[in-house]
Amino acid sequence: MTKSHIKVTINGKAVEALVEPRTLLIHFLREQQNLTGAHIGCDTGHCGACTVDIDDMSVKSCMTFAVQADGASITTIEGMANADGTLSALQEGFRMMHGLQCGYCTPGMILRAHRLLQENPDPTEDEIRHGIAGNLCRCTGYVNIVKAIQYAAAKINGTPFQEAAE
Amino acid sequence: MNEQVKIDLDRAERTEKLQGMGCKRKRVEDIRFTQGKGSYVDDLKLPGMVFGDFVRSPHAHARIVSIDTSRAKAMPGVIAVLTAADLKPLGLHYMPTLAGDVQAVLAEEKVLFQNQEVAFVIAEDRYIASDATELVDVEYEALPCIVDPFKSMLPDAPILREDIKDKMTGAHGPRKHPNHIFEWQIGDKQATDDVFANAEVTIKEMLLDHRTHPSPLETCQSVASFDKVKGELTLWGTFQAPHVIRTVVSLISGLPEHKIHVIAPDIGGGFGNKVGAYAGYVCSVVGSIVLGVPVKWVEDRMENLSTTSFARDYHMTTELAATKEGKILGMRVHVLADHGAFDACADPSKWPAGFMNICTGSYDIPVAHLAVDGVYTNKASGGVAYRCSFRVTEAVFAIERAIEVLAQKLSMDSAELRMKNFIKAEQFPYQSALGWEYDSGNYHVAMQKAMDTIGYKQLRAEQAEKREAFKRGETRELMGIGISFFTEIVGAGPAKNCDILGIAMFDSAEIRIHPTGSVIARMGTKSQGQGHETTYAQIIATELGIPADDIMIEEGNTDTAPYGLGTYGSRSTPVAGAATAVAARKIKAKAQMIAAHMLEVHEGDLEWDIDRFRVKGLPEKFKTMKEIAWSAYNAPPPNMEPGLEAVNYYEPPNMTYPFGAYFCIMDIDVDTGVAKTRRFYALDDCGTRINPMIIEGQVHGGLTEAFACAMGQEIRYDEMGNVMGASFMDFFLPTAVETPKWETDFTVTPSPHHPIGAKGVGESPHVGGVPCFSNAVNDAYAFLGAGNIQMPHDAWRLWKVGERLGLHA
Repeated sequence: MTKSHIKVTINGKAVEALVEPRTLLIHFLREQQNLTGAHIGCDTGHCGACTVDIDDMSVKSCMTFAVQADGASITTIEGMANADGTLSALQEGFRMMHGLQCGYCTPGMILRAHRLLQENPDPTEDEIRHGIAGNLCRCTGYVNIVKAIQYAAAKINGTPFQEAAE
Repeated sequence: MNEQVKIDLDRAERTEKLQGMGCKRKRVEDIRFTQGKGSYVDDLKLPGMVFGDFVRSPHAHARIVSIDTSRAKAMPGVIAVLTAADLKPLGLHYMPTLAGDVQAVLAEEKVLFQNQEVAFVIAEDRYIASDATELVDVEYEALPCIVDPFKSMLPDAPILREDIKDKMTGAHGPRKHPNHIFEWQIGDKQATDDVFANAEVTIKEMLLDHRTHPSPLETCQSVASFDKVKGELTLWGTFQAPHVIRTVVSLISGLPEHKIHVIAPDIGGGFGNKVGAYAGYVCSVVGSIVLGVPVKWVEDRMENLSTTSFARDYHMTTELAATKEGKILGMRVHVLADHGAFDACADPSKWPAGFMNICTGSYDIPVAHLAVDGVYTNKASGGVAYRCSFRVTEAVFAIERAIEVLAQKLSMDSAELRMKNFIKAEQFPYQSALGWEYDSGNYHVAMQKAMDTIGYKQLRAEQAEKREAFKRGETRELMGIGISFFTEIVGAGPAKNCDILGIAMFDSAEIRIHPTGSVIARMGTKSQGQGHETTYAQIIATELGIPADDIMIEEGNTDTAPYGLGTYGSRSTPVAGAATAVAARKIKAKAQMIAAHMLEVHEGDLEWDIDRFRVKGLPEKFKTMKEIAWSAYNAPPPNMEPGLEAVNYYEPPNMTYPFGAYFCIMDIDVDTGVAKTRRFYALDDCGTRINPMIIEGQVHGGLTEAFACAMGQEIRYDEMGNVMGASFMDFFLPTAVETPKWETDFTVTPSPHHPIGAKGVGESPHVGGVPCFSNAVNDAYAFLGAGNIQMPHDAWRLWKVGERLGLHA
């Protein structure tokens, strides 16, 4: 099959590659770029495990062809840690609040939460729940994911985080 | 500061440093998972690796007239196409199931359910493999199918399993019909029938625990790599029980077990789906053996939902007999169990209906009888324990719904009816009418605490007012109060009654202390998100006084981990957790001898103090475990072998019996059928608590899955046997928006026979949650004379209830 030439920026690094026109972005990232953090959970765009950030938007990379990303800037979970290698506020929030169990949805969930906090730096619980409704988690029941995002928002905003009492 | 305060502070500081049992230790696993550095099966990339994909049947029941693979084989990039004709000479076209049946790997003469595996295409990449599946030409002759299990044993029913049609004795005794799998009975039938014949009050209800699917976010997958020169097979896969998979692969492939290396890497959730052996695993193995290159197989979501291991599908006719005052005298249950096309239940071998005989629940019921008939239908096979011990969700659903039905008939409050019939604290260990010995419990205390916390009386008063208001036409909302008081049975299990393919269901731990006092420990279980790397280390930390951060836990590699039966049925803590404590205690006993030698005292003069042995009465004379470890290797006592390690294979003397009291307050809009959970309160008693943070997380997750099952999730078939809704478009997985908020609480009643008193918790919330939601729905409509409302309770079905009752204008 004839391959297309694409130029993308992935986690700040310029990448050029040849891809088949039908190659899904998730397969390009996972198999050609060895960025296996984003996962495939459903093939139909419902679960969000494949979520990455493209030009400041949350995108389900199993619903996108790699060629559609030509010229774009992509952030994946591998680009989410702080520059010094420590966990970012969101990554730390997920760990501190027990916002993950099997870890399979986590990269997509963190990428979605990242974009949510860019759009709405101080979301209410309801806004968080609606904001992550495109990402399914089978393990946590979401309570602690909400807390993790609240933790990160507080840390980023420099405001105190008070874990809500039950 | 006085001396005692100083000592107390020092001890508190040393205890905290260990991060041992009882503390909310943050998870070790999260460092890699939050950075996308987990390693799941599909992340694996091997040189020369190729991809397999299945050709699947569009029919539920059909004869295969011919299979022509020539067009697929001619496609560039296609390497091979396997069919039953290729597997048959190797004896691999069928594989044994855990339930004593056989299951087709690739269909030979007939297909028995939609999406059944017919051919396996192997190609250079997954896109080509997928394309080529459409070039395999299969000619079918459609046959009449059976979807309704109640029609399986009709005299004129089409015979589904022609491969065993003359075999009138199955793995679990005689078969009454070619579509019958087994009949399993337990309890005193005569005594039970007598009680029912003379009882003042009886109830009988057909309760359906409908077909659903565990649906972990990561589907089932495997990579097989066969080294022709060494004759060794390495198999990576989504295995909840890697050692069992190794044994099964050895038995069916003929490869010696020591030349099979099974590796379960990080697993993206299991919930029972990843216990069994599947056609995809076998085909990746055969492909690699035939081709000599690694073969990867990855299920897509449709394949996962429609082929690999459904759960439930129990049609339970449940009866209770009682006095007018509400004392339950007997229970009688008949289950029609729809197992699909093959009996591939993942139960211990002697238990064709799992532990369904825990169906007398938390109540002191003097006599009971249970009969289960398993039948074949034209549906996918399975019957796995979806986030529960074997068939325990079904059992608890039967009793907890039946209690509500009885309460209604008696016009008695159902909480009061439960209180009246609970097994009393002084009755433990309690021998149930259907053969279990409950280890410990304190049901009245737990129930009272739950009722007080939620304000049960006030809620019933509010409900009574709302019902009056509804009758007066002032509101269109119905309020339901759901109660569930469950007793789980987990931690399989004692060798006398639990085995899988003849292997007793022990589990294991191996702990090795390095000279510098850090530790590696390996277990026979396999975490799929439960956080074993964190919690097993906490057990060792407390037992041996070594900080949990200095302890590495490894699971999943059958070359290095001791043999174990894996993780399902909440058995990791009850069995491997016990093995961990026992192995640690062996090490501690040796450490004490070494410490005595170091301190030049008698062993008996030493006492354990958090992280050290100290001389009794002379607390300043001590040796820490770290110091002891160094000596163990470099200066052991004379005649003692150096080193500091131990292994334990733990055979539990009994199951453990976690329990809990759950309450759900629900408001239902009678005109739309939309149900809103106002409040859900879950009190769990899982005995000794190892990590409260992880326990709470498990409860949240289990309740969410229970909510899904009760309120909409199902695998449904039309009358042609077409599977309806095998994608996340139709299969209900709640998002953060629909999911209720959870309140958790606990009591602690340790298990008397477990070394640390722990009982296991991962599945309790699912087991207790499903009937709690269903009871809330049924309770909401009860005063309108709705009768029993079957699950799942999605808005469409609840709207139909309103329609049936004439509640809509």
